[in-house]
Amino acid sequence: MKPTDPAITWLEEKPLGLTERLYLPLFLQGLSTTARHMVSRKVTVNYPEVRPTVGNPLIYRGVHRLNRDDAGRVKCVACFLCATACPAHCIDIVATESPWPDREKYPESFSIDELRCIFCGMCEEACPVDAIELTSLLDLTGKSREEMIFDKEKLLSVYDMTKDAEPMKSKTLAAGGMATFDTASGSPATAAGGHH
Amino acid sequence: MNLLPSAATFAALVKIGLLVGGLMTAAAYLVLLERWIAAWVQDRRGPNRVGIPLTKIRLFGLGQPLADGLKIILKEDFTPSGVDRVLYNAAPLVILAASLAIFAAIPFGSVLPPLGIPGLPDPVPFLVAPGLDVGVLWVFALSSIAVYGVLLGGWASNNKYGFLGGLRSSAQLVAYEIPLGLGLLGVVLAAGSLRLDTIMNAQAESGVWYAFAQPLGFIVFMVASFAEAARLPFDLPEAEQELVGGYHTEYSGIKLLLFLVAEFLHMITAAFLIVILFLGGWHLWGVTGSSQEIGWIQALLRFGILSGKILGVIVFFMLVRWSWPRFRFDQLMNLAWKVMLPLGLVNLVTVATVEEFRPQLVAALGPGFGGAVAIALPWIACLAGWLVAGVFTPSGTDNTPILTHDPLDIEREMAEHERLERAPHDVSPTLVGSR
Repeated sequence: MKPTDPAITWLEEKPLGLTERLYLPLFLQGLSTTARHMVSRKVTVNYPEVRPTVGNPLIYRGVHRLNRDDAGRVKCVACFLCATACPAHCIDIVATESPWPDREKYPESFSIDELRCIFCGMCEEACPVDAIELTSLLDLTGKSREEMIFDKEKLLSVYDMTKDAEPMKSKTLAAGGMATFDTASGSPATAAGGHH
Repeated sequence: MNLLPSAATFAALVKIGLLVGGLMTAAAYLVLLERWIAAWVQDRRGPNRVGIPLTKIRLFGLGQPLADGLKIILKEDFTPSGVDRVLYNAAPLVILAASLAIFAAIPFGSVLPPLGIPGLPDPVPFLVAPGLDVGVLWVFALSSIAVYGVLLGGWASNNKYGFLGGLRSSAQLVAYEIPLGLGLLGVVLAAGSLRLDTIMNAQAESGVWYAFAQPLGFIVFMVASFAEAARLPFDLPEAEQELVGGYHTEYSGIKLLLFLVAEFLHMITAAFLIVILFLGGWHLWGVTGSSQEIGWIQALLRFGILSGKILGVIVFFMLVRWSWPRFRFDQLMNLAWKVMLPLGLVNLVTVATVEEFRPQLVAALGPGFGGAVAIALPWIACLAGWLVAGVFTPSGTDNTPILTHDPLDIEREMAEHERLERAPHDVSPTLVGSR
């Protein structure tokens, strides 16, 4: 955008009026803002005891999970789209011939290095079968680097852990999606649900 | 030879012990208060975890100062290469010693009831050095010496940020000592004494705090003490965003702790002076009385009221920190020399005139109305001075750039860019092989 662009409106700074020059009214204004915030409701929580609420789990990008289909099998078809889309190169897939007739390939192993992941959500967007999703689990800790590499079983167990609180996003969206979701009053599925 | 200290010496030692202990604890807890207020103002909760060590009792985070203190003491005391070792080590000692010694002349209460101890003159004042006739001068002399700590620290640590912080603080503190002194002179003139306890007693007896009798002096003194304590909006000597830490950038461990404690002591000193000089000290209408012969309850009440007022001023200091942005250096200097200095002089002249003609005023108009006029005149001077300062804005700076061409002329800019691209790189001879 050039400075001569007609879409830009150039504003001149207004000269100070007498109230501003007298300093005191603005000082009191600033002080009253400060005082109001002193007593206002706090936005932070006492974390381990009180868990923060996730505004909208549909768009929150937390720990990954691998979804299961209705038969309980991994949904992934090992197409490598997520691994290709991943800017951090944290997804490692080993594909093999599928034992099931409905698809050609399935992941023999599927691992995500959660330490490398930047939680951009591109894998979720790339996935053609809605197999990989980001949950609203926000505290991700481990005692070693090896522990932070989530393999297929671990990612499926994240699904088992969170499926009740957070149904698959494609289903939620098909059932009315974001429109029915009330972001102001919290969420049907908070991070606390299903965790611990 | 009697090796035991005399009763007066012993009393002084007890008072020094109480004062130093109380001040150090106060400084530690003011850090916690500062963090709490910072958090609350920013809609956070602030430190509320640390309680009694080795237990699960949290006490709203009241154990935090202990943890903070232990942490900073156990940190490595690192000395960078290239520092002037003597001055580098002396600076924190100078600043802390000066900041503590100030309190020798500052009363921290009224008087104790007669104790009847032989060799100890009754009543015992809440003051380490009672009867020091140059009290105010002592306070100001030592707070000037404390500036040396800042200067030495900034100079000796061989760091450009430290050096700039030291430079800034020297200019700032020298500039603001003048309005500070002018604000103070009005009070000294009205009370007729340099002794801080006498100044408090004068306010208690008349019932009119000097903040009401000399509003302009109060404002000037208040602003100047913010600058002297290097608190926001005047914290240029250690502006974190531009100077890392200013004069104490290169300090770590216990030396940094000494600097930080001294900073909080400066704030406590400023609060003490504001309360004692302008807010009536231990006096509160209808509660404390003004007599020097009092009982234990009265004595403790006065001590409590003084402490409460000081805490209130300190909380005000901390709230202002989050309300105002920092001044730029030229604005700071303009405010000192073009606003605060003339206003301080106006205050001084007004107070001198009122004090000179007070007997005539009272004689002509009666004690009630005459006294009211003596209070009204400084208020009129305050409003007039403030209005003049506001209308002429000597502290404002015109930042409008002087344009040599239209800044939005994109063709001209492109041509200029092209010309620079085509031109052979002009290697300035001064930049080749520096030093």
